[in-house]
Parts: sequence; C-alpha cells; structure tokens
Amino acid sequence: MSILVIAEHDNGSLKPATLNSVTAAQAIGGEIDILVVGSDCQSAAEQAAQVAGIAKVLVADNAVYANSLAENVAPLIAEVGASYSHILGTATTTIKNILPRAAALMDVQAISEISAVISADTFKRPIYAGNVIATVQSSDAIKVLTVRGTAFDAAVAEGGSATIEAVASAHDAGQSEFKGEEVAKSDRPELTAAKIVVSGGRGMGNGDNFSMLYSIADKLGAAVGASRAAVDAGFVPNDMQVGQTGKIVAPDLYVAVGISGAIQHLAGMKDSKVIVAINKDEEAPIFSVADYGLVADLFTAVPEFDAAL
Amino acid sequence: MKVLVAVKRVVDYNVKVRPKSDGTDVDLANVKMSINPFCEIAVEEAVRLAEKGIATEVVAVSVGAQQSQEQLRTALALGADRAILVETDQPLEPLAIAKCLKAVCDSESPDLILMGKQAIDGDNNQTGQMLAALLGCAQATFASEITVEDGKASVIREVDGGLQTVALTLPAIVTSDLRLNEPRYASLPNIMKAKRKPLDVTNPADLGVDIASRVTLLGVELPAERQAGIKVDDVAMLVDKLKNEAKVI
Repeated sequence: MSILVIAEHDNGSLKPATLNSVTAAQAIGGEIDILVVGSDCQSAAEQAAQVAGIAKVLVADNAVYANSLAENVAPLIAEVGASYSHILGTATTTIKNILPRAAALMDVQAISEISAVISADTFKRPIYAGNVIATVQSSDAIKVLTVRGTAFDAAVAEGGSATIEAVASAHDAGQSEFKGEEVAKSDRPELTAAKIVVSGGRGMGNGDNFSMLYSIADKLGAAVGASRAAVDAGFVPNDMQVGQTGKIVAPDLYVAVGISGAIQHLAGMKDSKVIVAINKDEEAPIFSVADYGLVADLFTAVPEFDAAL
Repeated sequence: MKVLVAVKRVVDYNVKVRPKSDGTDVDLANVKMSINPFCEIAVEEAVRLAEKGIATEVVAVSVGAQQSQEQLRTALALGADRAILVETDQPLEPLAIAKCLKAVCDSESPDLILMGKQAIDGDNNQTGQMLAALLGCAQATFASEITVEDGKASVIREVDGGLQTVALTLPAIVTSDLRLNEPRYASLPNIMKAKRKPLDVTNPADLGVDIASRVTLLGVELPAERQAGIKVDDVAMLVDKLKNEAKVI
C-alpha cells in the first residue's frame, strides 16, 4: 500500500487539518507521502516533512497553483496520484472542491468524509445528515477518500524527516481566475480547530445578540459557531455554521445556546467531549445529547454565565 | 444563454431516516420524497437568471427512477422551460450521475450548469466537481452569489473562514450553497402549467453510459448514541460542574 495525502496549507504553513488525514492513512497502513501543491510553499513543505512517519514530501511549487484552483490542481493530483493505492485529503472546502474532480479524471468513484477505516478498501461514513452510518467497500484500483477531520486524531506534527522532492509538472487550464478573498478577521481560533466552541441558534433572536456569545468566547479563548437556523435567519454568516452541511467540530467543550438540536446540527457537533445546552424549552432535542443542560431563558443565563467566568 | 440545472429526488429533509431491520440499507418504504434542497436553490437561481433576461432557456435534468418526473415537474413549476429525465432504477453513484449529465450536456451544449453542492441522501458533494472534470470546464462550488457578464461568470464561494471570488470562463459549472437565494413557492397556476411543459425521457444505455456501481454498500447502522447527562439548576452550578467535574474551563 502506498498512500498520498494532499496537504491543506496556506503556502506559508501546513494546516493542522492535514494531520487528521495522516492518521487515517496510518489506519489504512503502508508508506505515506504528502503532496504539497501551491506557490512559494516551501515552508509548508518543510513542515510536512517534519510530520512523524512520512516517507516523502512531493512539492509542486508553481504560480499556477497559487490559489488552489480545482481546474489546475485536480489534473496534477490525478497525474501524481496514479502510482498510489490511496489518495486522501481532509474534507475542508479546498479539498472537497478538488478531490472529486481529480477522482473523475482518474475514473474513480471517490468516497466522501470517511469516519472510520475498516480495511484498505472498506470504510465507514455518515449519510443522511448523520442519521445513519454506512459501511462501504470500494472496487476501484485507486481509492480516493476525503476524511472527516473530527473522526481521526491529529498525527504527531514533529519528529519526522521525510525527503522533499519537487514535482515539475504545471497544469494551467486557463478557465478560472482567482479574484479575491474576504477572510473573516478574528482573533478567535478557527471553528474546526478550537478547544471550546460557543454556538447560537434561532433562540438568539438576532445577529446583535451574538455579541453576548463573543464576550464569553473571548474569555474562554473559544470560537463562535451557529446553527443552520441562525444562518438561515440571517443572524450570522454561513462560515459560522456547524452541522452536516456546515462545519463539523469536536471540541473539548461545546456550548449550545438557544439551539433546539436539529439532527443536522447534532451531526456537526455530537462528537464534542463535553456538551452544554442552554435553552428555555426543556423538551428541546439538544438536551438528549448534552452533558449539562440548563433550562433557562438565555437572555438571563448567558450574561450570568459571562459574569461568572 | 442556455442554463442546464440538475435536480435530484431525495428523501424529504424532514424525514428521520432509519436503517432497515436487517441493516442492509436505509428504510425508504413509504417515506416522503422531495427535490433536494440544494437543487431547489439551483433551480431558483436559473429561473432568476431567466427573469433577468440573461438565461434564454432553462433545462432541468434528473437522473434516476421514473418517479423523478415529480421533481422535474416541480422544477418546471418553479420556472424551468423543459425537462429531461435519464431514467434508471439502478442505484446511482456521483460518477455515474456525472457521466449521464455529461452525455446530456454534449447534446444540449449549455453555457452554464447549475447544481446543488450536495444531495442530502448520500451527502457526497461530488457530482458537480466530477461533471466539471468530465466536461473539462471551469467550476465554482459552494456559491453564494453568481453574476454573469461578457461570457464569464463571477462567483462568490463560501470557503472555510470566509468568502472567495472566482471568475469562470463559460461554459462552467456552479454548485449552490445555502445562501445563494431563497427558493420561491410554486403557484398553483404554474403547477398546472408545468404539467404541459415538455419532459423528455431517455436512459443511460441510450446515452452510452456505463453506470455500474464501483462502491458496494455493506450495511448501515445507527450512529453511536450519546447519553444525556444531567440538568443543572442554575448558572452557578453549571460553572462549578465545568470547572470541577468536567475540568474544561
């Protein structure tokens, strides 16, 4: 078995999400290489080489890969990946955009968001918004998999000494152009990497009331999330959405405020270590997964909670 | 400009799906079926492009069982001009669906293809990207805004941590995210009118597409149940538990 892990990085550094795929690759077993595709991405490659247990880091460093455009990166993955038995990447928006395109170029049916490795060709994955876990077996010669980050621990980021090899091949489809990016600027940690997440739902009433959650988050060093209902209602932007169609999180502490606990939200957070629910409806499904439930009006409980911290 | 929009018939999003008692697959007997919510958003976007005079024709396409005609009629009621069903009773994987759609695109030559970012049954999030690969055209997934001008589509994408803007040369594929638009309800007169709009039926064999499964479903199970914990009396007790029992703050 030889496994190629596609690195998630911002050219300057390797993103921790990559390490979850490395652990999934270790569960499959075999020699593991990492492919870093980017522009001026040598430092990301050097960090990838430090990851424990990696044999080789392949670096495709070219201006055409600067913004991870799927039209350019997918053919490279299909080309480099052809000599591997498995191609893996953690299911970030970047990887979800690129890997299925690469799989189709290789005539492979990709398997999305695996949550467990049963054997080299058999995997578990959540379907129907996480209501059901399917066990699936691939008959394709090369397995192309995205990995649900929260289902696999991060591999050790240091201690490795992989060799770094350049990949010269440059694909420029010339069909799409990166125009710009509006990255939400925040001193708070990233949702999927945070140790503590405080999320608000429809019960928050409006976007302004989320300031109560920001205040708590800043005291706890937490990220702030939201339910799909809160996003749908226009309270907060979609990149804050936790759930099957948003971000999947598994922090040490998840505080759900004014969230009823629709299945699609639970699918995004129920692997959290400790769950707290604050909701005035004691019948809310969120209480069925909460370690600590507080039946109270959030508009009195949240300021009290804030003051107690 | 011709717009092709793909729709999928899926279990209604309000249905809580359960495994069959033998665990071989999910139990879909007598459950309500609907148009996939993300596909509905894609249809709405196509219709809005037509209303702005940018799209001259909107063609809705589905790949699936004969009953998928219901979802195509829904798309027609929302404002699509005509529909095509690639009919098959076989279980379908994203790659097979993408191949069928590719064959339809080869004969229809759309300028823009709109799809949902994922279907809420298989949760694969693959078909749009795969179709783009097979057509060799540009793609923008997770769209929250689409502007078409001068043979290009400018798309704002919902990415981890924020928004990204890309410009695509047409023909291109765009997959919808949640905030692209809020779909309208079909009016009764439009539902009646939709019954008379053309709906052509073809099948994978006639299109020359091999839809054989590559992935075998070995079984399904319920996810591990999480046990409910305790109810705390007040905020003070909650803070105490978090500090001294769970030790997470």
